[in-house]
Amino acid sequence: MSNTIVVAYDGNDSAKRALAFAVERAKVISGNVVVAHVLEWSPYKFLTPQEIEERHARRQDELSRAEAALLTPVKEEYASSGVPISTVIKYGHVSETLIKLATAEGAVQLIIGRTGEGALSSRLFGSVAGTLAQTCPIPVTIVP
Amino acid sequence: MKRIALTTAASAAATAAFAAPALAQSLDESINAAFASSTGWFVNLIFSPFPGTSFPWIVGWLVVAATIFTVYFGLIQFRAFPHSIGLVKGDYSDPNDAGEVSHFQALATALSGTVGLGNIAGVAVAVSIGGAGATFWMILAGLMGMASKFTECTLAVKYRNELADGTVSGGPMYYMTKGFKERGLPGGKILAVLFAVFTILGSLGGGNMFQANQAHAQLTNVFGDFPGVITGVIFAAIVFAVIVGGLKSIASVTEKVVPIMGVLYVLTALVILGMNANMIGWAFGQIIDGAFTGMGVAGGVAGALIQGFKRAAFSNEAGVGSAAIAHAAVRTKEPITEGFVSLLEPFIDTVVICTMTALVIIITGQLITDPATGNYVLNEAGSAIQTVDGNSGVALTSAAFSSAFGWFSYILAIAVILFAFSTMISWSYYGLKAWTFLFGESKGSALTFKVIFCLFVIIGAAASLGPVIDFSDAAIFAMAVVNIIALYLLMPIVKKELNSYLSRLKSGEIRKYQ
Repeated sequence: MSNTIVVAYDGNDSAKRALAFAVERAKVISGNVVVAHVLEWSPYKFLTPQEIEERHARRQDELSRAEAALLTPVKEEYASSGVPISTVIKYGHVSETLIKLATAEGAVQLIIGRTGEGALSSRLFGSVAGTLAQTCPIPVTIVP
Repeated sequence: MKRIALTTAASAAATAAFAAPALAQSLDESINAAFASSTGWFVNLIFSPFPGTSFPWIVGWLVVAATIFTVYFGLIQFRAFPHSIGLVKGDYSDPNDAGEVSHFQALATALSGTVGLGNIAGVAVAVSIGGAGATFWMILAGLMGMASKFTECTLAVKYRNELADGTVSGGPMYYMTKGFKERGLPGGKILAVLFAVFTILGSLGGGNMFQANQAHAQLTNVFGDFPGVITGVIFAAIVFAVIVGGLKSIASVTEKVVPIMGVLYVLTALVILGMNANMIGWAFGQIIDGAFTGMGVAGGVAGALIQGFKRAAFSNEAGVGSAAIAHAAVRTKEPITEGFVSLLEPFIDTVVICTMTALVIIITGQLITDPATGNYVLNEAGSAIQTVDGNSGVALTSAAFSSAFGWFSYILAIAVILFAFSTMISWSYYGLKAWTFLFGESKGSALTFKVIFCLFVIIGAAASLGPVIDFSDAAIFAMAVVNIIALYLLMPIVKKELNSYLSRLKSGEIRKYQ
C-alpha cells in the first residue's frame, strides 16, 4: 500500500496550513506528498476566434506562472523536511480533477484547506471542500 | 451565413429602414454611384445564371463541389458522423491536454459565425419563393456541404503557420501556398492573394456592413425610426472594445448568449411542432410533394431546387473557406479530427436549424394554398407565394413563430442583433487573418485593419449601400471560386490523411480515453 498524500494547493493561507499538516502526516507514516494545483477549466466554455488562437500560448503561460509562483517555492520550502514532495498542475473542474488525481496516485488521503469562499456562493454552487467531503472515495481531511 | 442579400425583399426592407440624415444620404449616393459603375461587372459575373435559366452558376459550383467531395471521400459525412460526435464529446481527448481548446469549443465558435440571419430570414425567403419543396433541396445541399467543410477544415489545420509565440495563423491562403508547393503545383501564391483580397472585402461587407445594416433594421422595427449613425456608432464602439481593446467580458457574454439563443430558437420550434404533432406528417408530405412537383411555385421544381440550394449554400458557407480560418487555430495532433468536427456545422446549421424554420412556417400555415388544386397561390407578380399577411424574410419567420407565442417576436429581434454582432466578431477575425497574410503579422498592421473594420460598422449601419453590399456578397462567393479550385487540387492529401487515420482508428492505435 502506498503512503501517498495528495494535498490541494492554491497558495492561500489555509492551503499553506493544509500543506504543512500534510507534510507532518507524511513524516508519521513515512509517506510522500503530492502537491496538486488545479486551474479551473471547462472544455465547454465559449471562446472567441481570437481566444482560440491564443489559447495554447496562454496555457503555456499559465502553467509556467503557476510553477514559478506556487509550486517551486513549495519545493524549496520543504526541501529539508525529509518528506519526498512532488508537484503537479492540472486543468479541469477542481474537485473532479482532485479526485481523479488522488485515485490515479493511489493516495491514502486527500488534504485540502478550507478556502474562504463566500457564504452565498458556496450555498449556490457548493464549495470545493464540501463537494470533496461528500464525493471523494478516499478519506478527506479539511484543514481550517 | 447571416445574410439574406440578393433578395429584393431584404434590400427593400433595408432601404426603407434607412431614412438616414441628409449628409449620410448624399455620401451614400455618391458611394453607390461610384461603386455601381466600377464593380457592377464583377457582381454580374459572380451571380450570372447559367444561360437560359435563372440558376446562378456560383450555386451550381458549390453544389457540384460538394457532390464531388461526397463521392470522393465515400459519403464521409455519414460514415464519420458517429465518430465526429465522439470527438466533440471529448471521448478521444487526452486528459493531459486539458486547458487547450476542445473540439466542442472549436465547433461552437465556428457555428456562432454561421448560424444567424441566414437561418431565420434566408429560409423564409426560400420557402416563400420556392415553396415547401425548397426545404427538401436545402436539406440535401446541407448534407452534401458537410463534405466540403470536412475537406477545407482538414487542409486548413494541416497547413497552418505556427508562430514563435505559440499562436497560429491558418486558412485557405496557407494551404494554397504551402500545400501547392508540397505537391509541386504552380499558382498557389496567386490563388492565396486573390483569396485574401476577397476575404477582406467579404469581411467588411457581408461580415460587417450587412450585419450592422440588418441589426439597425431590426432596431427600427422595435423602437421606431431613428438615424442609423446612432446604431453604427454604438455597435462600432462595442466591436472596437472587443477586437482592439480586448474587452473579454462583452465577447464572452455574446458567446454565451448566442448559443442560448440558438438553443431557445430550436426548442421553441420543437414546441410549436409538438403542439402540431398531427401535422408533421402532412408537412413532410408537402416538402416531398413540393420538391418533385413544385406545387405551382414560380419555376416549378427547378424554382424550388434553386431556392433550396441557394439558401443552404448562403447559410452554411461550406466551400467558402471562412470556417477553415476559424478551425485552423485549434491545436490538435491530427488535422483530420478538425475536419470530422467541422462536418457537423452544415448539419446543425442547415439540416437542423434551417429545417426547423421551414417546418414552423409550413405548419403554422403561413403559405397560402388553393384548396381546390392543393397548389400554392402566387402573389400578383407571380414571383412568390402569397403569405398570410404578405410577410417575407424575417417578418415571415417572426409571424410564423408569433402565431404560436406572441412574445417570440421580441426574442427574435434580440437574437437577430446578437447574431449580427457575433458574425461581425467572427468575420473581423477572418478579415484580419487575410490582412496579416498580405501585409505581415505586425501589431501595427493588425491594428490598421481593426480600425478600418470598426469604421465600416458605422458606414454599414448609417447608409443603405445596395451596390456595396452586392459587391461584398460577390466577394464572399468569389472566395468560394478560388477556394474550391484549391480543394480540388489538394483533396488527395486529405484522402491520404483520412485513410491513415481510419486505419489507426480500426487498429486501436487511436482509442477512447476513460
